[in-house]
Amino acid sequence: MMTNSAALWNRFIKPALAVVLLAACFVIATDQRASALIEIDITRGTIEPLPIAISGFLSSDSRGQEYATDIVSVINNNLTNSGLFEAISQDAFIERISDFNAQPRFGDWRIINAQALVTGRITLESDGRLKAEFRLWDVLAQQQMTGFQFFTTPRNWRRISHLISDAIYERLTGETGYFDSRVVFIEETGPKNERVKRLAMMDQDGANFRRLTDGEHLVLTPRFNPRSQEITYMSYASGEPRVYLYNIETGQQQVVGEFPGMTFSPRFSPDGLQVIMSLQQGGNANIYTMELQTRRTQRLTNTPAIDTAPSFAPDGSQISFESDRSGSQQIYVMNSDGSDQRRISYGDGRYSTPVWSPRGDLIAFTKLLNGRFLIGVMKADGSGERILTEGYHNEGPTWSPNGRVLMFFRESRGEHGGPRLWSVDLTGRNEREVDTTNFASDPAWSPLMN
Amino acid sequence: MIRFAVLRAVFLSFALLFVAACTSSEEDVTETVAAEPATPGSERDFIVNVGDRVFFQTDQTTLTESAKETLRRQAAWLKLYPSVRIQVEGHADERGTREYNIALSARRGNTTKAFLVSQGIDPSRVDTIAYGKERPVALCDAESCWSQNRRAVTLITSGGQS
Repeated sequence: MMTNSAALWNRFIKPALAVVLLAACFVIATDQRASALIEIDITRGTIEPLPIAISGFLSSDSRGQEYATDIVSVINNNLTNSGLFEAISQDAFIERISDFNAQPRFGDWRIINAQALVTGRITLESDGRLKAEFRLWDVLAQQQMTGFQFFTTPRNWRRISHLISDAIYERLTGETGYFDSRVVFIEETGPKNERVKRLAMMDQDGANFRRLTDGEHLVLTPRFNPRSQEITYMSYASGEPRVYLYNIETGQQQVVGEFPGMTFSPRFSPDGLQVIMSLQQGGNANIYTMELQTRRTQRLTNTPAIDTAPSFAPDGSQISFESDRSGSQQIYVMNSDGSDQRRISYGDGRYSTPVWSPRGDLIAFTKLLNGRFLIGVMKADGSGERILTEGYHNEGPTWSPNGRVLMFFRESRGEHGGPRLWSVDLTGRNEREVDTTNFASDPAWSPLMN
Repeated sequence: MIRFAVLRAVFLSFALLFVAACTSSEEDVTETVAAEPATPGSERDFIVNVGDRVFFQTDQTTLTESAKETLRRQAAWLKLYPSVRIQVEGHADERGTREYNIALSARRGNTTKAFLVSQGIDPSRVDTIAYGKERPVALCDAESCWSQNRRAVTLITSGGQS
């Protein structure tokens, strides 16, 4: 009898209770935090990468299988480069997913320590479109966390890969992703004393590189319009250096207004309707805005100093910039009408190229200290300075669309030295080179494309 | 030493200019150039006998005494050839950030122009352009090179003897 009831307990009641307990835990967990199954807290200083298994995407035909392989490889690369995920090698997989609609054998994924599992299926539709489906599973909770399907022309398979990567990133971190974005930058070729500089663009992972200008004229400091397919940059095309607009879709270039002097260091306002820039008159550089539709200009600073590198806060209410009005380069903040100009950087060294985070919480900068160039962030009131990387020459940070990663350029020393693009996350621990064939500088990250 | 560096820079840049215009080998051209006397009022006369550039201290835009001396010679020469128009190129070394260096080099060009004007040169004869750190002439990663790149160079844009 005892034996029987013990057996009954072990065989039926205990597992049943365990399921109830699990369910109860789940209810409590969801009560506390709506999004929480597994979650990466990316606000902490140290982050253990989350082990994730990205299973091969299924496809019924060989052409679809090629896309499936490529898409998985891009997702893998994106998640790994973020530093938040550790993609488990496919060699370690026990279960080979064969049915996209069936539950995975979670035990097989738990054994290889996967906490999250991605499955997918690629179908080439009869109308020529590519259908990409994916599911993200919580291996421990044995649940699907999210799932989407996308339709696109096969040519856009990379964007689909980035959208899936963003969906995974968002579900697991609770933050917006940044993979479906591009970078505009200056490609540099030729010897150091005869550098040819071209406007160029690529996906954030270095793919789809293309040149936008031919190198005939010196071009510098490109920046994306946060609202349209437009870039503002500085060019020496007309003799006197000026700020230009470049339309990515048409390739059309035009000067931003007629000013009585050189204009440089442009950037768009968050609504994309204004360009803010420096105007050089005599020995002084002051900051102006121009409304693109009306061409109306407004002068925001008026000092016998170099005021440059202006950057709007994402809500448009304030502007950070650098000025040497106190004797050396320092970071200042002012209201968007130019009022209440106040210095916020007070550490050792010179502070330059302030850029406001798209989240609004931080300002990234280049710092010159003891002959070295550092990249760091500080709060908008100047407190909480943190250095993320330092070396012989690091310069010009730009924010990922979600405000979690900075891209910048790092220049190597000497006659044959030159700049390369690098990225670093806000922990400062995940630093990576962004692959470009030639030297590259002045990166500017686009907003998310979707 | 400084004078030597200047002369060497001047000579090299001229040699480079000349090489760029020809297709013959560098050595031959350089020797030919060095042997030829400069035509008074020519670009070469200006570069060799007057000095086409002045140098600045790190992160500074004020003219040194030796820079002023060069610019006085430039002004005197420009008065001899009143049809000559010039462009002053401002430059910075690579040890600064891009936007600031553009403005810094503009200030250097402007200071240089202002001095020439104070010496009696009509401001309408003088254009300026700022190159920031984009056009270095000396390429090593040491002060000996950076000091040659922190410069303002006076170019004859028209009216010179050929």
